[in-house]
Amino acid sequence: MSYKVVHYINQFFANIGGEEMAHVAPELREGFVGPGMALNNAWKGEAEIVNTIVCGDSYFAEHEKEAKEQILGWVKEIKPDFFIAGPAFNAGRYGYACANICIAVQELGIPVLTGMYTENPGADYKEKVMIVATRDSAAGMRQAAPTMAKLAMKLMKGEKIGASVEEGYMNMGIRVNMFEKERGAKRAVDMLIKKLNDQPFVTEYPMPSFDRVAPNPAIKDLSKATIALCTSGGIVPHGNPDHIESSSASHYGEYDISGWDALTSEGWETAHGGYDPIYANANPNRVLPVDVMREFEREGVIGKLHNKFYATVGNGTAVASAKKFAAEYAQKLVAAGVDAVIMTST
Amino acid sequence: MKTLELGYFHIKDIVIGSESKIENGVLYVDEAAVKALVLEDENIKDVHFDVARPGESVRITPVKDVIEPRVKVEGPGGIFPGMVSKVEAVGSGKTYCLKDMAVVTAGKIVGFQEGLIDMSGPGADYTPFSKTINFCVVCEPADFLLATDPTATLPIENAKKPEYEKAVRMAGLKVAAYLGELARNLTPDETETFSTPNLKEGMEMYPDLPRVVYVAMLQTQGLLHDTYVYGVDAKRTLSTMLWPTEIMDGCIVSGNCVSACDKNPTYIHENNPVVHELFKQHGKTLNFVGVIITNENVYLADKQRSSDWAAKLCELLGVDGAIVTQEGFGNPDTDLIMNTVKIEKKGVKTTIVTDEYAGQDGKSQSLADADQLADAVVTGGNANEVIVLPKMDKLIGMLDYVDVIAGSHAGSLREDGSIEAEIQILTSCNNEMGFGKLSAR
Amino acid sequence: MVKEIERAGLPVVHMCTVTPISMTVGANRIVPTIAIPHPLGNPALEPEEEYKLRKSLVAKALKALTTEVSDQTIFED
Repeated sequence: MSYKVVHYINQFFANIGGEEMAHVAPELREGFVGPGMALNNAWKGEAEIVNTIVCGDSYFAEHEKEAKEQILGWVKEIKPDFFIAGPAFNAGRYGYACANICIAVQELGIPVLTGMYTENPGADYKEKVMIVATRDSAAGMRQAAPTMAKLAMKLMKGEKIGASVEEGYMNMGIRVNMFEKERGAKRAVDMLIKKLNDQPFVTEYPMPSFDRVAPNPAIKDLSKATIALCTSGGIVPHGNPDHIESSSASHYGEYDISGWDALTSEGWETAHGGYDPIYANANPNRVLPVDVMREFEREGVIGKLHNKFYATVGNGTAVASAKKFAAEYAQKLVAAGVDAVIMTST
Repeated sequence: MKTLELGYFHIKDIVIGSESKIENGVLYVDEAAVKALVLEDENIKDVHFDVARPGESVRITPVKDVIEPRVKVEGPGGIFPGMVSKVEAVGSGKTYCLKDMAVVTAGKIVGFQEGLIDMSGPGADYTPFSKTINFCVVCEPADFLLATDPTATLPIENAKKPEYEKAVRMAGLKVAAYLGELARNLTPDETETFSTPNLKEGMEMYPDLPRVVYVAMLQTQGLLHDTYVYGVDAKRTLSTMLWPTEIMDGCIVSGNCVSACDKNPTYIHENNPVVHELFKQHGKTLNFVGVIITNENVYLADKQRSSDWAAKLCELLGVDGAIVTQEGFGNPDTDLIMNTVKIEKKGVKTTIVTDEYAGQDGKSQSLADADQLADAVVTGGNANEVIVLPKMDKLIGMLDYVDVIAGSHAGSLREDGSIEAEIQILTSCNNEMGFGKLSAR
Repeated sequence: MVKEIERAGLPVVHMCTVTPISMTVGANRIVPTIAIPHPLGNPALEPEEEYKLRKSLVAKALKALTTEVSDQTIFED
C-alpha cells in the first residue's frame, strides 16, 4: 500500500490561467495535476497523489478563511498521509497560500511540505512549516521536484531529517547536527580566505542579535518607593486558575497579594515545568519573596510593596512572547505608580 | 626561519608484554617498566594497562587526557617542555611521532567532565579517538586522596582533586614520552617539514599574500579547568606568541576537565588542526605568521585584559586575518566574542571556531554571548544532541560515573548496559579547534 | 523581560542563579541567587536561617536599585 498524498497548487499550475483567473475558488480534482506528475514519478509508487486541490491565488488571499475551511474539509475527508503544496517559486501570493494552508493542515496532525524561493513572502513562515528552497522561477522545477519528493518521502516514513543544508529546506530556527565533508579547521581556513578576498562566504552559525537598554537611574529614597515583584518562576494561586502552561507559556498572570503577609503553600504554587517544584511549592517565598518584602515594608525600609505581582513561566517560552508579556505589564506597573521592580528567575 | 621536521611512525598494533620496542610497526610495551614510571607518584596507588583498537566493541571511560607519543631527536629542548622535559624553547630540529595511536588516561574520575570513547558503534562516529589504537593507562588513586564522606558523588576528596589531577596528567605525559623515546634511533615511515619565516622574512617572501595569525584560546578557568604552556598554568599568563612548531613539540598540554566533547586534549594540541591547515595554505593563499595564545579566565578583568592583549598583538603584527578557536562553553563564549570583536575592530578579518549548546531540541540560543561582528563562524555542532550508545563487550575503566559526567543524567546508564546521554560525554566530539567534521545548521 | 521593564522607564533588578544568561539577555542590575529551584531559599537550612538568607538577598537587590550603574553590573555582595 502506498502513502496517500494531497497536492495543493494554484490556478496557473493547473493550467486554468494566469492572473486573470486568480479569483477561482478551491476545486478538488482526482489524481495529480501539472507539477504533481514529477512528484508522483519520483515516489515510484511508494506514495501517490490521490487528489489535487486547485485554488486561485487571489481567492486564497482575499477569502483566506473560506478557502481554508473548504480545503481543510476536503483534507479531513480524504485523510491523506501527507500534504504537499507548490512549489511556488517566487509567486508571492501563491507562496503565502502554500505556507498558510500547510500550517493549517499541519495542525490536523498531517505532515506537510512546501517549496518556494527564499525571498518569496511565504518564506517568512519557514520556522512554522518546512519549506524547500527553490529557484525563483518555474524553470527550477527540475531541481525542486526531486528534492521535495525525497524529503516528503522521509517525512512520510518518519525518518530522521538531516540539517537544512543537507536536505534542501530553509532553516527552521532549530539547530540540527550534521557531518561535513571537511574538518572544522579546514572549513575555518577556507572561510577566512574567502573573507580576506572579499568573496561571499556562509557562516555556519548566524549570530542572534540582542539589543541593550540603558539602565534607568537608581531609586533616590527607598523608604518612599513602591516596589513591585515579578517572576518568571511561575508563582500562581493554588490550582493555577489561569492555566498558565508549565512550558512555552502563552500568557502571564496578574495576582493580588493585598492582605498576604507571606505566600503560603496552601494559597500558592508554581506552574513552572522546568525545575523541581517541591521547594517552591513548600514555600513559594523561595521564588517570590513576599515575606521579607512585607517585613521591609513594616520596617520602613521600602515605602510600599505593590499590591499586584506578575508571573510568567520562563521554561521554553519564546523570547518574543516573553517580551510581549513584559512590555504589556510594564505599562500597568508604570500606570500604577510603581517606582522599581524586583524580577526573580528560576 | 623556524623549521621543524616531523618523522611519522605508523603504529599498526600495540602489544603489552615484557619488553619495550617498536618493530615492524608494532609497539611492544614493557608493562613493568611503564607501571614503575606511573607509580613514581605516590598519589597513584595502582595502575593497569589495556589496548583498545578501532572497530572493537570497547568502551573507555572516564577518560581524562589523550596524548600522542613523541620524542625530540634533534634541536634544542625535549618533548613536553616544562612538564616532562626541562624548560627550553622548542619548535625546531626534528621530532618523531607515533601516529595512529594514542595514550589515553582513564580511571577513577577527577571531575565531572571526563569523557567516554567508544571504539565502535554510533559513538565512534563522533569521537576522533575511535580511530586511534589506544594505550589506556587506568589509574587508581591513593587511599589518602579518597573522599571520607561515603555519600560523596565523586571518589576524590575535594581538596585533593588538584593533586590527583596533576598525578594522572603527569602519568599520561610520562608514558607518552617513554613510548615516544622508543623511536629515537629508528627511521620514520615518512617525514614532513614545517617552516615559519620570521616577520621580516615573511613580508619579503610573500609580499602579496594576506598575513594570517592563529589565536588559540586556552581553557584556564581553574578548579581543574587548566592548560599548561611550558609548564606554566596559562591562567597566570598574558596573551603571548608562539612559533606554530613549538606546539608540535608539546609545549601546550591539557590539564583540564572541561566537558568532554569540548576538550582539547594534549593530542589535539600536538596535532593542532588549525596550525596544520594554515601550514597547507602557507605561501599559497596566505602567509601564516604565527600563533597567539590567550586564556579564558573567570574574572571579568582578566577577560578584558587577555582579549585586549590578543587584539593588540594582532594590531602589532599588522595581520590581515585571524582564526580564533575556543575551548569550553558558557562564560568562555564571552571571551570568544570579546576576542573576535576587538580583533575585528583593529581591522583584522576573523573566522572563529566554536560549538553549540542549543538544547536537546536544538531550539535554544547556541552561545551564551553573541555579536554581529562575529560573522564567520565554524561550529562543531550541538553538544546537547541525545545519543544512545549500545552496550560494548569490553569496558576499560569503570561505568560508576556515567550517570554524573556532564551531558548525562541519573539513569543515563540503562539496565541493558546501553547509555542514553548527550553527545557532550564523548571525548572531543564537538572539538572547537575544528578537529572533527561534526557541524550544525 | 527585564529589558522591557527597563524600557518602560522603571529601574529593575534581576535576581537569578544563572547570571551569565542574565548578562546576555541584557539585565543591567543583577543579583546572584542560590539555586535554580529555590533562588531565594535553601531548604537545607533551618526556617529562621533560611528567612535571614532570603532577607539578605532581597536587601542586596534593594541596594542594587539604589545604586547608579552605567553598564551591566552584578552585585556580588
